[in-house]
Amino acid sequence: MTTQNKKGTRRAFAAAYPSWFYLPAAVIFGILFLFPTFASLFFSLTRWTLFKYSFIGLDNFRQFFSEPFLVWGLINTLIYAVVTSGSKVVLGMLLGILLTSNVMMRGLLRAIVFFPVLVSTIGVGITFTMLMHPTNGLINDVIAVFGVKGPAWLTDPRFALLSVAFVDVWKGVGLATVIYIAGIVSIPAEYYEAAKMDGANALQRFWNVTLPLARPATVTVIILSLIGGLRSFDLIWAMTKGGPGFTTDVVASVIYKQYQAGFYGLSTAGNVVLFVLVAAIVVPLSFVLNRREVEA
Amino acid sequence: MTAKKLRYYATGILSLAVACIVFVVPFLFIVVNALKDKPEAARLHFTWPTETHLWENLVAVVQARDYMLITAFVNSIILTVVAVTGLVVFGAMVGFVLQRRPSRWSGLINFMVLAGLIMPPAVVPTIWLLQWLGLFKTLSGLILIEIAYSLSFSVLLFRAFIATIPRELDEAAILEGAGPFTLFFRVVLPLLKPVAVTVIVVQSVAIFNDFTNPLYYLPGSKNATVQLTLFNFQSMFNTSYNLLFMNILIITIPPLIMFLFFNRQIVEGMTAGAVKG
Repeated sequence: MTTQNKKGTRRAFAAAYPSWFYLPAAVIFGILFLFPTFASLFFSLTRWTLFKYSFIGLDNFRQFFSEPFLVWGLINTLIYAVVTSGSKVVLGMLLGILLTSNVMMRGLLRAIVFFPVLVSTIGVGITFTMLMHPTNGLINDVIAVFGVKGPAWLTDPRFALLSVAFVDVWKGVGLATVIYIAGIVSIPAEYYEAAKMDGANALQRFWNVTLPLARPATVTVIILSLIGGLRSFDLIWAMTKGGPGFTTDVVASVIYKQYQAGFYGLSTAGNVVLFVLVAAIVVPLSFVLNRREVEA
Repeated sequence: MTAKKLRYYATGILSLAVACIVFVVPFLFIVVNALKDKPEAARLHFTWPTETHLWENLVAVVQARDYMLITAFVNSIILTVVAVTGLVVFGAMVGFVLQRRPSRWSGLINFMVLAGLIMPPAVVPTIWLLQWLGLFKTLSGLILIEIAYSLSFSVLLFRAFIATIPRELDEAAILEGAGPFTLFFRVVLPLLKPVAVTVIVVQSVAIFNDFTNPLYYLPGSKNATVQLTLFNFQSMFNTSYNLLFMNILIITIPPLIMFLFFNRQIVEGMTAGAVKG
């Protein structure tokens, strides 16, 4: 009697969480995300017009790794991701420390640093394109005050990619900062008190307390900004469209350009390259970073 | 003591000054240039306009290309509202069952959630599929795309929050004869309000600001969204910087409003989603 009753209740509990609750999400995600992902593995091996395809083996990939403008897209993607991610870690941590310390008008400062995260990327891109104008731009006007002639930020191939990366950091550092703020606030105050009692100065406290204990925040910022950086498209498109030449082309912009040009197979191969790139960097990295965290 | 106070004010004022120069000046630059007339704005100077043309520029931007901005706003608002509603309901349903009843599917589902967060979507095959489904260049197609791409984030947030709701509550409802539908929509969903607000504000800002997906899946000026108008306007107003900046200003207002009212939820959602991802 009791066992049967228990069984019945258990069944009632199981029935309360039915599997069909997964259904709407699974259908949308499966059809519109998973299916195209698997389809891309096939179409990347074809020459494709959307209506007809012919199988050409690995030709698209061979082209991807031999054509200079495609190879540059790959290299630029890596540079862009590493530069933006590294800058966001360093600046986000410094801002996080400043904005958790006893600083004047802390709330206002936090709001100012965070607000660009919420603004349209295209709007930011266009605005900075104007600010970086070689002769009329505000940035070079300011530099000229010190008697130095500023470079053509977005049209000089030596600076273009880094200039766009700078704007990416400007817009995204607020997110890194709030992640660090959350991480630093969760460090128990006793650690700092103990360190102080042992006579550690501010720099030692940073090095031995804040840095290791804010590690989860660091891991998050690195992973998140690497994913964003590797996939980055809209800011680059708004500012340089990959130019001058193809010096600021990244894989995502190559995908769009090849799509526009009607090379659907090549564009899809670019997509496959991009998600292999993202997976090959992000998955092992997050595995290593998270494991060390457990050991520590 | 006084030296300490001096340092306090010095670092405070210095930080504020640097923050203003780095982060506020670009916005002021947008504002002052949105108020200028065409030749003055073309000089791109960071100066107060000699004459302000707020109303004129506003009207010109709204009327441009046969009231394209109005159409774009309507499209963007429909897109944002419907997609976010879907994200909240479907995301909460998955988060609920995933957290409450672990099964042999849980591992696979967790893997899918992570894949959805990390993987860039395959663009051209998606267009091909949408064409086949008759959803390419339609707002409904784009709505479904936005839901598919953001579901992972929504599921993560809901699952984490549902873990904090005591199971006893479900049990009481079940023993009183509540079916799964009643249990979820009447008992659990109302309790998810705090995290739902977070998902709503974070996702509506993200979808409203989205440029890439409308560019691929909803091309054509007839059904532009706000971010795309900005792009169309750039070539059109190549020399009318005042209108371009006015346009940027107008489309920055909705996120600004969100920020003023929901600053805490946005920051919470972004850090929580980030830390769990």
